[in-house]
Amino acid sequence: MSRPDLPGSQCPEAEPAPSLRCPDLARPVLLDVQEVTRLYGPGKGCEAVDFRLHAGEVLGIVGESGSGKSTLLRVLAGLEAPDAGRVVYHRPGDSLETDLYAIGEARRRALLRLEWGLVHQNPRDGLRMSVSAGANVGERLMALGQRHYGQLRAAGQDWMTQVELDPERIDDVPHTFSGGMQQRLQIARTLVTRPRLVFMDEPTGGLDVSVQARLLDMLRTLVRQLGLSMVLVTHDLAVARLLAHRLLVMRRGRVVEAGLTDQILDDPQHAYTQLLVSSVLTP
Amino acid sequence: MNPILTVEGLGKGFVLHGQGGLALTVMRDLALDLRRGECLVLAGPSGIGKSTLLKILYGNYLAGHGRIRLHFDDGPLTLTELPAHAWHALRRDVIGYVSQFLRVVPRVSTCEVVMEPLLARGADAVESRLRAETLLARLNLPERLWSLPPGTFSGGEQQRVNIARGFIGEHPLLLLDEPTASLDAANRAVVIELIREAKARGAAMLGIFHDEDVRERVADRLLPLENYMDDPSRARIDASQLFQENDHE
Repeated sequence: MSRPDLPGSQCPEAEPAPSLRCPDLARPVLLDVQEVTRLYGPGKGCEAVDFRLHAGEVLGIVGESGSGKSTLLRVLAGLEAPDAGRVVYHRPGDSLETDLYAIGEARRRALLRLEWGLVHQNPRDGLRMSVSAGANVGERLMALGQRHYGQLRAAGQDWMTQVELDPERIDDVPHTFSGGMQQRLQIARTLVTRPRLVFMDEPTGGLDVSVQARLLDMLRTLVRQLGLSMVLVTHDLAVARLLAHRLLVMRRGRVVEAGLTDQILDDPQHAYTQLLVSSVLTP
Repeated sequence: MNPILTVEGLGKGFVLHGQGGLALTVMRDLALDLRRGECLVLAGPSGIGKSTLLKILYGNYLAGHGRIRLHFDDGPLTLTELPAHAWHALRRDVIGYVSQFLRVVPRVSTCEVVMEPLLARGADAVESRLRAETLLARLNLPERLWSLPPGTFSGGEQQRVNIARGFIGEHPLLLLDEPTASLDAANRAVVIELIREAKARGAAMLGIFHDEDVRERVADRLLPLENYMDDPSRARIDASQLFQENDHE
């Protein structure tokens, strides 16, 4: 077909363009999830879930409650052995692969403590409520062998600042903090050891909208600055859109659709995803 | 010069499962090529599939049929076969997109919204901020707004934030979805300048411009889309409204 040139085009002649090379699109695989199944009953739990998480990626797992996303997260995070399938961790810069449930309990716990992080939906599950904010942040560092009181305290204050908590409150116990502050303290406690991989279960659930926005902004910045990889479970598609690079959509324990976040939300293919996306109430 | 982008036999349809599996074909057998330093403008009435084409090229919509390829000095890359995770680096470094709507984290300042594409590449924060401020100043956005989140800005102000964010990364391929829609004459002129500067550095652009004057001043070629319609008399749909979660602010 003909594509007429515009006679009125007054654009200057372009200089010879600089060379253009394809960027490196391959990213190392951090977590290789192979056909993982963990069922409590028919359609309850997760079934034959298979995906790879790449370094620097935030993967969102969305679906209604009861779709199996929290079960899947527990299996991925080393808390619950699958009935079938494997979860394989590839440590960056290390050719060895770690089969999460083939190693012993002690090594799995050490991995979770030293290289991974888990942020619970309810900060009370991730914090020690009876000890100070500073002790909460310092605990994982102490597990790594740090004993110097001044350094632990400095790290506590530094991380409280990073998650926008007043460092003056380092000696206060979490009970005296609001829900949003407790959640930020839990994130500080988790990130202080610079984990490579973080699992989050509804990190903004139960928070006021204004606090949610603050937390989302903070998480995005931390992901970029620390090069974090993250698996994020959420039922909130707006949170998924802002935080996740890619999405898995789960229904009745199975992944029904996977892809780029904005592609899943704007051009959903599966009937269930279309229903999920079109059911969102927007102001 | 060889094209940077070639599209062959591109087709797109939507199946609406919520409406008994209603199938809508919105594009059939579209072909185009685009060279570096060139601005190709999509023409045709609204609902004809112009935004849909840009969204497919950005990986935002899945292509139904056909092949899309980028041609680098070190070889071609077929976008229609790309795994999802490979788009992250491609969008960061190669394909930029200026949409009509600004979608950002609510609390983030205008300046940070604009800097983000550079920070994502690991650029220096001070330098990134300087470049963001330079662009915002060129687009006549009052300095007192730079530290505020753009959520409460007027349509025209938000669009200028979007333009600054879209142009700051100097992507080799830019997709422009009505970047001048709600701008006054002075700011339209700035956008025209930005487009010409992008051309001069070798960027390839594919754009939608409803404003006749802007179109004539930036377009090297026009691509009329009517010819690719399944049934031009019928299917004028707004694809972005098919699934309602879209584009509500």
